[in-house]
Amino acid sequence: MARKILLEHANVPGIKTYEVYRQHGGYRSVEKALKSMTPDEVVEEVKTSGLRGRGGAGFPTGMKWSFIDKKSGKPRHLVCNADESEPGTFKDRFLMEYIPHLLIEGMITSSYALGCNLSYIYIRGEYMWVFRILETAIKEAYAAGWLGKNIMGTGWDLDLHVHCGAGAYICGEETALIESLEGKRGNPRIKPPFPAVSGLWANPTVVNNVESIAVVPWIVNNTGAEYAKIGIGRSTGTKLISASGHCKNPGVYEIELGLSVDEFMNSDEYLGGMMDDRPLKALIPGGSSVPILPANLIFKNAEGGDRLMSYESLSEGGFATGSMLGSGGFIVYNDTTCVVRNTWNFSRFYHHESCGQCSPCREGTGWMEKVLHRIENGHGREEDIELLWDIQRKIEGNTICPLGDAAAWPVAAAIRHFRDEFEYHVRFPEKIKNRDHFVNEPFEKVKHLVAKQAVI
Amino acid sequence: MGVRGLIDMKVTIDGQEIDVEPGTTILQAARKIGGESVPPAMCYYSKLKGSGGKCRCCLVEVSKGSEADPRPMPKLVASCVTGCMDGMEVKSISSERVLDARKSVTEFLLINHPLDCPVCDQAGECDLQNLSFKHGAAKTRFIEEKRTFEPENIGPNIQLHMNRCIVCYRCVMTADQLTDNRVHGVLNRGDHSQISTAISKAIDNEFSGNMIDVCPVGALTDKTFRFKQRVWFNKPYNAHRNCDKCCGKTTLWMFGNEIQRVTARKDEYHEVEEFICNECRFDHKDTADWVIEGPRKFEKDSVINQNNYTRHIKPVVIETEHNILLGRDKDRKKISMTGVPMKPEEQKVLKEGNV
Repeated sequence: MARKILLEHANVPGIKTYEVYRQHGGYRSVEKALKSMTPDEVVEEVKTSGLRGRGGAGFPTGMKWSFIDKKSGKPRHLVCNADESEPGTFKDRFLMEYIPHLLIEGMITSSYALGCNLSYIYIRGEYMWVFRILETAIKEAYAAGWLGKNIMGTGWDLDLHVHCGAGAYICGEETALIESLEGKRGNPRIKPPFPAVSGLWANPTVVNNVESIAVVPWIVNNTGAEYAKIGIGRSTGTKLISASGHCKNPGVYEIELGLSVDEFMNSDEYLGGMMDDRPLKALIPGGSSVPILPANLIFKNAEGGDRLMSYESLSEGGFATGSMLGSGGFIVYNDTTCVVRNTWNFSRFYHHESCGQCSPCREGTGWMEKVLHRIENGHGREEDIELLWDIQRKIEGNTICPLGDAAAWPVAAAIRHFRDEFEYHVRFPEKIKNRDHFVNEPFEKVKHLVAKQAVI
Repeated sequence: MGVRGLIDMKVTIDGQEIDVEPGTTILQAARKIGGESVPPAMCYYSKLKGSGGKCRCCLVEVSKGSEADPRPMPKLVASCVTGCMDGMEVKSISSERVLDARKSVTEFLLINHPLDCPVCDQAGECDLQNLSFKHGAAKTRFIEEKRTFEPENIGPNIQLHMNRCIVCYRCVMTADQLTDNRVHGVLNRGDHSQISTAISKAIDNEFSGNMIDVCPVGALTDKTFRFKQRVWFNKPYNAHRNCDKCCGKTTLWMFGNEIQRVTARKDEYHEVEEFICNECRFDHKDTADWVIEGPRKFEKDSVINQNNYTRHIKPVVIETEHNILLGRDKDRKKISMTGVPMKPEEQKVLKEGNV
């Protein structure tokens, strides 16, 4: 059995309630931090742990914390980003729904480390029932004296609020989240200034993912050095992976980073292989915005080494032959999947969710969606593939926030690895018109048609 | 050591050095140098706080971050919101990447734009026209249907043509920073973002007319000038009047003795020098109301100069005019003939059919 840090007590009955959580060692980290550690020591522990942001970018959390402007004397804020909207990712929902007090304990300890007196959890509007669970848990924490004025007699005050979003993916971008929290339209801000200097209400702010905050209590209890022992290389600790798609056991798993993809995919402890006898065709390892991997690059990297579940290993080979760990949205596809349709679906999502502030993303995402829709429905032209490539290239890197990149990468990867499938759609519109292509006739069997065409 | 002050910073743009004060953005530094290196700006407006960074037209390459940290910046940066650092080296038109990015942004801005310049009042003084003239492609690659919006009436003075909008947020910031109550804003998101009053309310404010001046495209135009004239047939004059609400300094757009339009005075980057009130803009179309100072000069290659004051306009003589008019008279007579001279059998076929 692999080591469990976040989901250690997930199956204890009644862990949602304060009493049971407390009996299982809950809020020990708050006691330890407030009684025996200075805020800077807590930051130092998190730095030592090597914990990297679990929201997708993988930026070291301790370093992010050390950037916060403490000199200005302005009030500081910690905001927890629970606006988990990436297609394929549902790990934070599980964590908040089943062990809400873990997040609240993490928020208290982290707020102490950063010297915040007012902290927020920004949760997406679609998680209304989770919002209520968190509200209840916060009330319990207030009643038990973990929140409010003069916590544990130390003279330190902390107020914690849950704020509900209104259903916008873009509000998961940290500056858009801050704008939304301030009551404005959720448009990402132009950086600099970074939130660590001027964030929520122009005060220094740290925005962290749910999972990053929830792991802080364990680090405080067991020291950062202990945490750094888990994992591999610079990918320390454990990570929640939310697996979906055509695998046998989809769900949320906690893995030690460094586990091989092969083991995660095929061992009975985790996904248990494919759902039926149709073979694996492609994999998206980290949520919809990271590049898709074709079957030959999933278990082995381009050099033939084992592919591991870690930040570094998954991105080996760059975007040419690698992908990213991202937020851990592990999507498995078997050979009934149409990659073009899947890409169109993602593109439609990004088109729908672009905030419309900067031109490349506003216009480009819509354009890509329209072109992909045409190809998928049999109205594609040969030059559309080049056109798509060009559009994604022109969006990537030219936008204010990473949504533009997130919209461009899946399209780029799909064309890079599955170009023949696009060609098949363009050249044989008759074969795809019933929308059941590849279900009865896997692409492997019709691949030769495209190859033949290419020779002529 | 020369006359450089201690607080000045040295910035190099396309190989041209300039000393600027701390806090200057790259775009402002480039405008100080002037010429071809000035990046185009569709959303940045120096008179509006917080504008810029959105259209991505002004992307430049920073090939050297600063004297202290000479590493180049990995991504292209929006020059209108990026501050200069001492020793910074910037590539604007000397970088292929930058020109490519400008081409891309131009293409993106144009795919959903109606391209109705022939009937657009902004034509001739449109930033998007200028941008596409410099960086646009001759052919579109967009074969889909363009996105359109329902027309919306925002009052008697301002015409909103949402299909032409490039969502630069300038008019929203104008309303925020110049007027007391902003009643319009951006609705929806993505390529369906639109400027709207949400509940179809008229924008009624003493300074609302400035939205027309700040609009880089023809999305907000003057209703009192609508379809009256192409701007290059107008003669612009500087004029002023005593106004208790604003500076009263304007540009009058004349056609003969008629004032067809009043705008604020705009500089070479199409930014107004001073904002004016609605009374000056919409209500004083009589030359007696104004003290005319003299002709307003425009940059050399502006189409507005087509009708300028210095060029001697010769009367056009069309050699064949006489004969053309004669022939036209003949045709006119033919058309107005009461009976068409048909042969009798033709008349029969016409009446009974040829079956």
